Amino acid sequence: MTAVGQVSDAVARDEVGDIDIQLIELSKRFDDVVAVDALSLEIERGSFFALLGPSGCGKTTTLRMIGGFEEPTSGRIELAGTDVSGLPPYKRDVNTVFQSYALFPHLTIFENVAFGLRRRKVRGDELRRRVVESLELVGLGGLERRKPRQLSGGQQQRIALARALVNRPRVLLLDEPLGALDLKLRKEMQLELKRIQHEVGITFVHVTHDQEEAMTMADRIVIMNHGQIEQLGTPSLLYEQPRTAFVASFLGVSNLLAGTVTGADRVRLADGTEVRVQRDALGGRTGSVQIGVRPEKLRLDGSESNTLEGTVAESAYIGVSTQYIVNTAAGAVTAYVQNDRPGAQAIPDGSRLTLSWNPDCTFVVDAQEAS
Amino acid sequence: MAWLLLFFVVPMVYLAKMSLEQGFFPLFTFSWAWSNFSDAVSAYRPQFVRSIEYAGIATAVALAISYPLAYWIAFRGGRWKNLFLLLVIAPFFVTYLIRTLAWETILSDNGVVVGLLRDVHILGADGRLLATSAAVIAGITYNFLPFMVLPLYVSLEQVDPRLIEAASDLYANRVVSFARVTLPLSLPGVFAGVLLTFIPAAGDFINAQLLGTPRQYMIGNVIQSQFLSLRNYPTAAALSFVLMGSILVLVMIFARSLGTDRLTGAGA
Repeated sequence: MTAVGQVSDAVARDEVGDIDIQLIELSKRFDDVVAVDALSLEIERGSFFALLGPSGCGKTTTLRMIGGFEEPTSGRIELAGTDVSGLPPYKRDVNTVFQSYALFPHLTIFENVAFGLRRRKVRGDELRRRVVESLELVGLGGLERRKPRQLSGGQQQRIALARALVNRPRVLLLDEPLGALDLKLRKEMQLELKRIQHEVGITFVHVTHDQEEAMTMADRIVIMNHGQIEQLGTPSLLYEQPRTAFVASFLGVSNLLAGTVTGADRVRLADGTEVRVQRDALGGRTGSVQIGVRPEKLRLDGSESNTLEGTVAESAYIGVSTQYIVNTAAGAVTAYVQNDRPGAQAIPDGSRLTLSWNPDCTFVVDAQEAS
Repeated sequence: MAWLLLFFVVPMVYLAKMSLEQGFFPLFTFSWAWSNFSDAVSAYRPQFVRSIEYAGIATAVALAISYPLAYWIAFRGGRWKNLFLLLVIAPFFVTYLIRTLAWETILSDNGVVVGLLRDVHILGADGRLLATSAAVIAGITYNFLPFMVLPLYVSLEQVDPRLIEAASDLYANRVVSFARVTLPLSLPGVFAGVLLTFIPAAGDFINAQLLGTPRQYMIGNVIQSQFLSLRNYPTAAALSFVLMGSILVLVMIFARSLGTDRLTGAGA
């Protein structure tokens, strides 16, 4: 796991600009439970960064430590190069959009948005101008005199965003901000958030368990599991070259087949078939590994160089594509075939066929531990 | 509505009618005797003023004690919250009269408290606690304290800790976030607690009777003796109405000063 962490750091350092947030060996223990385990991470200025993982993976705890709501058990948090680990939230140049929005019910929308500015002694015309500007940024100008309860969930969400952004923080933290919205509104807000982030240029750190949401919005994603980083990278890197079985299956659908390394770019599968993989993907591993290939990368016509014989066990027509489950000697495999030609006929169940795929589309992860 | 009619409107009308009657027990005749009101007020003005004064001071003291207590139970009580609340209402398991009699013993001239205070010279050699205004006010405060604590606790308990986090996120330190978020959100509890304490306290007569002397008597004592000893029902009824009316006016002024839209949470 540390190996993966180090590699991720190396990737992050490749394109280093200004670093807004640096987490150094950050840990958080609740009684006996380790929520965050020696996490090190750099977040670049101006990026839209997503912390993605299943519930209980430590992503929210990490965010809360950056915000100052949880004290780290050990490790450091640097904000724009300054150690803020011991500072209370109100002394950090960070604002949060809470999952529950946490709008002040006794204050008007104007006063909600003005709350942070008033604490910073912004007064008079400038206060009014910035509040109005911020409300317009989220498309809710003119609601200044309402109370939070008079607004819909989607509007409250935008107010929470305006209330945080109006302070022009160094970093904006978003704790599953879209979790309470219905699907349609959520999709809308994903694009909206991305637009706003481009417009204001502030670093966004977004916590979510929704992989699609993270892929849609973030420039960089870190996938967390058991309080540690599984992998960090761009959405496409994580999808195309997952480095662990966890990442491969958490992000989309993967076919994972057990095998043994037989050469610098060769793996023999359980049934004896030898397939080629990328040298880099193998990363010098030896012994037992798993190779992975995404369902949409598989061809049913045997046109690519890695091949595997199998029998169609099940097929399902789902409009844009047809989904097949193919039983092979190396294990069951899922394949998606694009329905991009008129009158495409599904291959009947029981047919024998040859699955094939490009070696460049093959990734390698560690063998499944006996569990 | 039937309940309201039976248990509120009917007795009120009966009382109102009685307050305008004239005569001697047991023969009263209805005669629009408005003079009952003016006579009652002018005759018992000191007791009126004293009632409002004692009840006001007792309410203020109860609020000052209860707010920190309720705050502490709501935010720091943890899993012992219910135990603490039980302790707050535990005195209620003993009847009001007995509790006040107990205070009479505790504060008596030969009691431990007076002895101790005399020894350390806070009280003079012949200083007393019993039969003073302080004793009556303390008794009222003690007896109605739970009525203040419970509504305060309920409203503080309902303050979402995430709002306090949000305030802290928006650069408010603990003092500011209390003043701007917790306190305003607990005002409905303050309002309810003040009413529940002030209203019965203003009409109380047990404390003045047991812990005080006729010089500490409140309007409740007057009404009680008019009703039960002197059997002067019309005067007693008129006094009751005046008390009710003045409480109502004070409550309205109080509600205004707290801001009614804040209390109901509605409004623009």
